Amino acid sequence: MTQQMEKETIRVVTLEAFPRVWKFGDDIDTDAIIPGRFLTINDPAELAKHAFEGTRDEFAREVRPGDVVVGGRNFGMGSSREHAPLALKGAGVRFVVAESFARIFYRNAVNVGLLPLTTASTAAFEDGATVAVDLVANVISVDGVSYLLDPVPGFLQRIADAGGLVEYARTIGEVELCSTGSR
Amino acid sequence: MGSTLVEKVFSARCGTAVRAGEVVMAPIDAAMIHDITGPLAVRTFREMGGERVHDPSRVVMLFDHQVPADSIAAAENQAFMRGFAREQGIRNYDLREGVCHQVMLEKGHAAPGEIVIGSDSHTCMYGAVGAFATGVGSTDMGFALRFGALYFRVPETIRVTVEGTFPERVGPKDLILSIVGDIGADGATYRAVEFGGPVVSDMSLPGRMTLCNMAIEMGAKVGIVPPDERTWAYLGERRPGITPFELASDPDATFTETRHYDASSLEPQVAVPHNVDHVVPVSQVAGTRIDQVFIGSCTNGRFEDLSDAAEVLGDREFSKDVRVIVIPASREEYLRALRAGLIERFVEAGALVEAPCCGPCMGGAFGLIGPGEVSLSTSNRNFRGRQGSTDGEVYLCSAATAAASAVTGVITDPRVI
Repeated sequence: MTQQMEKETIRVVTLEAFPRVWKFGDDIDTDAIIPGRFLTINDPAELAKHAFEGTRDEFAREVRPGDVVVGGRNFGMGSSREHAPLALKGAGVRFVVAESFARIFYRNAVNVGLLPLTTASTAAFEDGATVAVDLVANVISVDGVSYLLDPVPGFLQRIADAGGLVEYARTIGEVELCSTGSR
Repeated sequence: MGSTLVEKVFSARCGTAVRAGEVVMAPIDAAMIHDITGPLAVRTFREMGGERVHDPSRVVMLFDHQVPADSIAAAENQAFMRGFAREQGIRNYDLREGVCHQVMLEKGHAAPGEIVIGSDSHTCMYGAVGAFATGVGSTDMGFALRFGALYFRVPETIRVTVEGTFPERVGPKDLILSIVGDIGADGATYRAVEFGGPVVSDMSLPGRMTLCNMAIEMGAKVGIVPPDERTWAYLGERRPGITPFELASDPDATFTETRHYDASSLEPQVAVPHNVDHVVPVSQVAGTRIDQVFIGSCTNGRFEDLSDAAEVLGDREFSKDVRVIVIPASREEYLRALRAGLIERFVEAGALVEAPCCGPCMGGAFGLIGPGEVSLSTSNRNFRGRQGSTDGEVYLCSAATAAASAVTGVITDPRVI
């Protein structure tokens, strides 16, 4: 009995110490991430209070800085509202990991400094699992098991490295019109 | 190897041949900002060190999502945007003209071969006039305001050709719902969808707008129709002095996929909750009880749509059990419908006719549905909670199907009413 209590105590400590997975399915749309009625809000911390409201109410209450949002295919489909990645960033989320992303959400996330990462399959990622992202090794480990992450396209990597498009823009002064780069 | 229409647009605007897959910093011919995504765009523009917008003559501002302001916060955002427009000398249509995408086209802000962006996902609609147009987020928009250019990954193209003839009371909305159902919500991600074939050649500009508007519902960057005589005729009134030129994909251009449709065998289509690609023939959901019908939006709020609805309605009344909300997409479309007597007919039949705006499709301004309620809508998205409660349901259809259903109170095939 004592042993079991100790175990449980340790388990609780572990959960609090490590970021965890918030698992969502395929085709998570931007209306689910932040409903239309909150789009008058422009402050990330305020938006975070309504993230996934009506879809998964406990998210806003229980999400902790460093937690990782995980989706299946086509995460962030729908509207161009940047309030969606901002709401997650405002909640302290730094990474969204999915099998694929909708185009506008993907780019918006990079632009605001929320890194969208893809991996072959998120099927084995359980909700509540402990998670760590290693950007040097390009690996995500979920409950101790490591999975390879795909590389971010070159031109977006430069924006991501700067911390977002605002920071990147500050470094360039002017643009070189019609410059091309690889995908 | 030949080029696609979209590759030609980027190559021409950049003065150098670019291919699908390449990333290019391209000049922006027009940029649209509105009341919802505009404030964040202005903020990022400032944060990037922006003082003067790169070229105010290429920026268009208007308000359509929450008009007239439905909250103090919305009023503050709009006042903030008005101040920015005055300060920068930007054209601001404010809340007078209607839904952004409709206004951008009818005021001539997009034309063949141009690169247009808007901080709204349905900007992909301007491909209806042969422009490359795509929705971007607020920070990308801030960058474009600051520098007059933006990074693009030149998209590959999926070609969709349509043959045959639409049966009675079947049209562009049924076609695009059917295509979205087949390609899927992410089947065209990062690609352009080019529409062609005899049905598209014969299609009016409003019909082409309906097709291109919903390209984003397949994940596409743009829906585009090669400009033809109809396009140039449409633009003639809106872009005085514009000179027609050839712009089309080469016969030997590379398409990632080509799909063929036969309009003759198409039935009225309905997208069922909660995804746009969950599409079925109307017969499969006929009889479903509805609480609200919305006829409007950038997808189907034009005169042609209102006319289709009025034709189905005839001299009947709308069901007493259904709230019918009709919103013309713009002031111009509203006036046409008004002068043709359509508005009077809708009001007589029991509809609420509202001033041009996004209406219930915004999911926050007005016309929301409660838990357990069902909306049938001519707009473009049926995501859970899109029109209010996440315990409500939204079905999508054409204006003809919406009108037939609004009369009976249940989802109804417009061919049998």
